[in-house]
Amino acid sequence: MTRTHRGIALALLVAAGVSGCRKTPETVATPTPAPPVPGQTCDSACQAARAAAEAAARAERERLEREAAAENARLSAIASARATLLTAIYFDYDASEIRGDARAALDAKLPILRANTAVQIRVSGHADERGSDQYNDALGQRRAAATKRYLTDNGIDAARIAIVSYGEQRPAVSGSDENAWEKNRRAEFEITAGQVTTPPR
Amino acid sequence: MRLSVRRPGALTLIAALVLMRGAVAHAQDSTLTVRIGLTYSPGTKPGVLVLPVNGEQGDSVRKILQRDLDFSDRANVIAGDAIMMDTSSDGSRGKFNYPLYARLGAVAMIQATQTSTGLHVAVHDVRTQKVERVKDFVLAATPLSPDWRQQMHAIADAIEFWVTGVKGIAATRILYQSGGRIWQIDSDGSNPMPLTSAGGLALYPAWHPKATHFTYTVMTDEGTRIVVREMGANGAGTSRTLPARAGSVNTSPVFSQPDGETLLYAHGFDSGTDLYAVATAGNDSPRRITVSRGMIAVSPSFSPDGRRIVFVTDRPGGLGLYIADADGTNAEALTPFNFGDKSQRTDPSWSPDGRLVAFQAEMGGASQIYSVSPRDRGSPKQYTNEGRNEDPSWAPDSRHVVFTSNRTGSWQLWILDTESGRPRQLTHAASGAKAGAWSPRLVVH
Repeated sequence: MTRTHRGIALALLVAAGVSGCRKTPETVATPTPAPPVPGQTCDSACQAARAAAEAAARAERERLEREAAAENARLSAIASARATLLTAIYFDYDASEIRGDARAALDAKLPILRANTAVQIRVSGHADERGSDQYNDALGQRRAAATKRYLTDNGIDAARIAIVSYGEQRPAVSGSDENAWEKNRRAEFEITAGQVTTPPR
Repeated sequence: MRLSVRRPGALTLIAALVLMRGAVAHAQDSTLTVRIGLTYSPGTKPGVLVLPVNGEQGDSVRKILQRDLDFSDRANVIAGDAIMMDTSSDGSRGKFNYPLYARLGAVAMIQATQTSTGLHVAVHDVRTQKVERVKDFVLAATPLSPDWRQQMHAIADAIEFWVTGVKGIAATRILYQSGGRIWQIDSDGSNPMPLTSAGGLALYPAWHPKATHFTYTVMTDEGTRIVVREMGANGAGTSRTLPARAGSVNTSPVFSQPDGETLLYAHGFDSGTDLYAVATAGNDSPRRITVSRGMIAVSPSFSPDGRRIVFVTDRPGGLGLYIADADGTNAEALTPFNFGDKSQRTDPSWSPDGRLVAFQAEMGGASQIYSVSPRDRGSPKQYTNEGRNEDPSWAPDSRHVVFTSNRTGSWQLWILDTESGRPRQLTHAASGAKAGAWSPRLVVH
């Protein structure tokens, strides 16, 4: 994440620098020197004008490239933040405690939620197919509630987080083995209002 | 005790009368006075022979009666060619070949005759060669329609009562969930029909004890809700969704026994799930009746007198079955927690005669159906062992259970005779079937 942050900051700086210099090539280009006449030798003034025009065009091209790169970096950072926000977390069998890996995944969501205060989410709790369906409804609820509690304990406004349980009714993957079960014991995240527009700083 | 119901030898009946108490004894008592004088060896199922039936629907009538008696597991239905080839029998002319029926093993012979108003049924005692019972049944529904079949099931139940002393369970239906909808199906597997609309996620149906309504759970993005639905004709009926906090889970609803005036269900939001009770009609606030303190209580089932409940909870000591008074007090473990025993016991169903609680026990992904007596709490008895088997629900005879099994590769409903161990597949739903709930005996018009 730190590396990503540094990259984004750099891209932003470059973008800012380019837009600051925007007027310079225009100043250089006026007055427009007379175009060289074909067959006529280009004197030093003519060559200086030609070089200046080429430099201006190059600068403009580079400015556009930098802007495009900065915009791409910004969009990519937003997409990455959004993906981080929507990444599911997983639970142990018949448990709703937040595991170590889930804690890291939730910690990564915190700066995104803080940077995008208009975003509201719904946390859905799910269970694997084992055990009674009805018990699993309650277990899914407990997982969603535990997930919400972790986020609110870390300063996220509870009003921004809705919860719901789908029990074992909406498995992420089908199958009746441990591989499928561990992917189905999860909490999923969904954006219900607002958009991620600001990558976390 | 249960054997005496099937094998009414004089000694066992006396023993039964001495041992049985309360309502059960009363019910047995009444069977004594009306039961006809058929005699057959204790320990055997009475052989019953249904003569070919006259008229356009004769074959269907005979087939339904034979199948219902067979599915009851209380009678040995004598089929085969011998009776079809027998030219000396002709019910419509009063000609009966009793020695042949006896050779085939029949104790009772059923003579059904279609009349202008319905079906005339006579039960013959093969040994005494006498008609023991006669009744004219009115058949008002269109022949072969679902209502007509239901009327035929009711006739089969009456015949079973005359022959065995126990009323049959053919005139019943089973509710279940399939493809996000609640369905009903006849006890013989005919007429599967969806009751809720497509596009939802409807789960866990349960009957009103008078079969006038059913209740179920519907899962939405805003939370899981309880719906009470009227059981109208042809699946029609108004429904009411119980108000609930957004995002809360509300699941496993049941009506109270024996009146259905209270709904009991599990509700949870962000600090555990508890059982709540609310009046079925009106807008009272739900009352919490368990105190799980952040844990889970779910899946209640009432004793037939409505005074006790059994439910699932994960209180310290493991996920298992508890019983309590209907108001939640005096809760205690029904199945003791044994240290090192990691099996989960869930989905309890209290039998209509009060004698047993059926449940599912699961260990490491393999679940089976068991029962235990809530009175003496001995070792649970295992009913199934093929595939995974879940979510039992008792038939009104307290002898058969409907449950969900994946033994054929997909989840379907199966019916088990808990006395003989004989299973039969009830549903063949393309998208699978789960959460079977057996109706009470239905009033057939």
